[in-house]
Amino acid sequence: MKPVYIAEDHIITALGFSAEETITRIKENQTGFHVINDWSLTPSPVPLALVDSAELDEKFTKVLQSRFPEKTAGDYTRMEKMFILSIHEAVRGFGEDIFNERTLPVISTTKGNINLLEAETGRQFDPQRLFLWDMARVIMEFFGFKNKPLIVSNACISGVLALSVASRHLQNGAYDRAVVAGGDILSEFVISGFLSFQALSPEPCKPFDIARNGLSLGEGCGTIILTTDPSESTGIRIAGSASSNDANHISGPSRTGEELAFAIRNAVRESGITTRDLNFISAHGTATLYNDEMESKSLALVNCSEVPANSFKGYWGHTLGGAGILESALTIHTMKENMLFRSAGFSEIGVPEPVNVIREHKTAQVNNALKIASGFGGCNAAIIFRKD
Amino acid sequence: MNKNYVITSWGILRRGSVIVNDKIEPVQENNLNFADLIKSLFRKEQISYPKFFKMDNVSKLGFLCAELVLRDSRVAGRYSKEETGVVITNSASSLDTDHIYQETIRDKANYFPSPSVFVYTLPNIVIGEICIRHKLNGENAFLISESFDPALLKRQVDELLDHDRAAACLCGWVEVLKDRFEALLFLVEHAERMESDSEGAQSRKEFTVENLTEIYNKQG
Repeated sequence: MKPVYIAEDHIITALGFSAEETITRIKENQTGFHVINDWSLTPSPVPLALVDSAELDEKFTKVLQSRFPEKTAGDYTRMEKMFILSIHEAVRGFGEDIFNERTLPVISTTKGNINLLEAETGRQFDPQRLFLWDMARVIMEFFGFKNKPLIVSNACISGVLALSVASRHLQNGAYDRAVVAGGDILSEFVISGFLSFQALSPEPCKPFDIARNGLSLGEGCGTIILTTDPSESTGIRIAGSASSNDANHISGPSRTGEELAFAIRNAVRESGITTRDLNFISAHGTATLYNDEMESKSLALVNCSEVPANSFKGYWGHTLGGAGILESALTIHTMKENMLFRSAGFSEIGVPEPVNVIREHKTAQVNNALKIASGFGGCNAAIIFRKD
Repeated sequence: MNKNYVITSWGILRRGSVIVNDKIEPVQENNLNFADLIKSLFRKEQISYPKFFKMDNVSKLGFLCAELVLRDSRVAGRYSKEETGVVITNSASSLDTDHIYQETIRDKANYFPSPSVFVYTLPNIVIGEICIRHKLNGENAFLISESFDPALLKRQVDELLDHDRAAACLCGWVEVLKDRFEALLFLVEHAERMESDSEGAQSRKEFTVENLTEIYNKQG
């Protein structure tokens, strides 16, 4: 199997329009949450990590004018703008051949253009854009990708699964590169749904903390470019990945954590390392009572309770179909900078098995990192990043 | 990879045709609408599973199709619970249920978002329901394509089987949108693991794009 390297990444989060901007804010211990009290978005006030719409429109319009001066920004939905802007920024350093038949484009999202179900927004677009393949078509046509995109919609593991599936297509030589983009926007649809589950925290989420009281939603979009060409590599590669299903409950996590542990074991085995070699874990860490409990049990089952871990959701919330891409991108930067980032919102451990939650930003050699995710439908995914 | 994979069991569920392994299933009447077909099949198969009635239409359809495909296959006995993967695709994601959920929040004066509807506004929930029913803990993927795409399924499943990420895979297409519905599921296994098992040998087909297409084009 061919090694699959990380070539480039770009992210849009509530903290900024690039990984560098986001990391600068993280180092200043800022988070992206604001209490939003706007009935068009949420029926009751909750903290949300929103991407700045004015800045998104401004940046997107510039990109649009440079490529298609005859088109207007109004031809694109908010979600499409984020995807296009993020992919545009990520492919900047490549020639036009990044769009050729040797590149696999991959789109990860849970709800795509779901805000088009709202009467007012829906009026402005063809209802076909609600189909994820049609949203992906708009994004593909913007760049002129030769291949049809692979579209992954697998709840909150979508982003990690997209990287996993893409890396496998490169390992077996079917493609030379993959442009893997993942995102979701916040809408009344999603926020009211999580509120109806009573899953949202009244204050910004506190992953793994004793006082955690539910998740906080965020939005964002990110792109990671994979390559089999060592000359394009950042020195970090995807060494292994796996997924699993709890086969227990469609909306509640496993009681034992065995199934996530099973995915972690498979990913680690494929990587040719052992869990003792891990230097960092980017946890799913939604800050719901049961998710964080389950993850602590899984990590204990694979002897990873001591490995420094954080949840990036304390900075920009749970970004659903974008989460796996955004959190993997920050994992890659953790490895590049050899810098462990504090887990925002955490002060005192509150899960049944110990987790070595990172309390302060600190430098440390990070050669092997694990990213995990779990989601509705009982799905789990794990991916290993290695620096050689 | 020169490994040899076979479709050991398959099923189609659509208006006017319910076919399992080339046999047309006797369902009371042809051209039943979705609700009546589902009800009639559920009774005929004598399934005792109260949770079925809480499912949305995508999950109901996928669940029943999986029942038909797996009922005689003894997957549970042949593989450990981690060895069977599930890869399902469709075009409309969960839009059928998304529309139902949106109705519950459309009117601010009559606002009743329901968690039991919201949880089904993800396409992969049908994978979760099938995994719960058949105790499958293996690899998962839900992928979207505009229409039934046998090459996509072939590629995804080969990658699981080629590298022993799964020993068997339930894969296919489960699509529901308003009055349109269509499910096709295939159980794919290693040919060499089947040699000692003569039962059902006639209905086995090589796992190829051509055979997936041929099965897709069958009419009841």
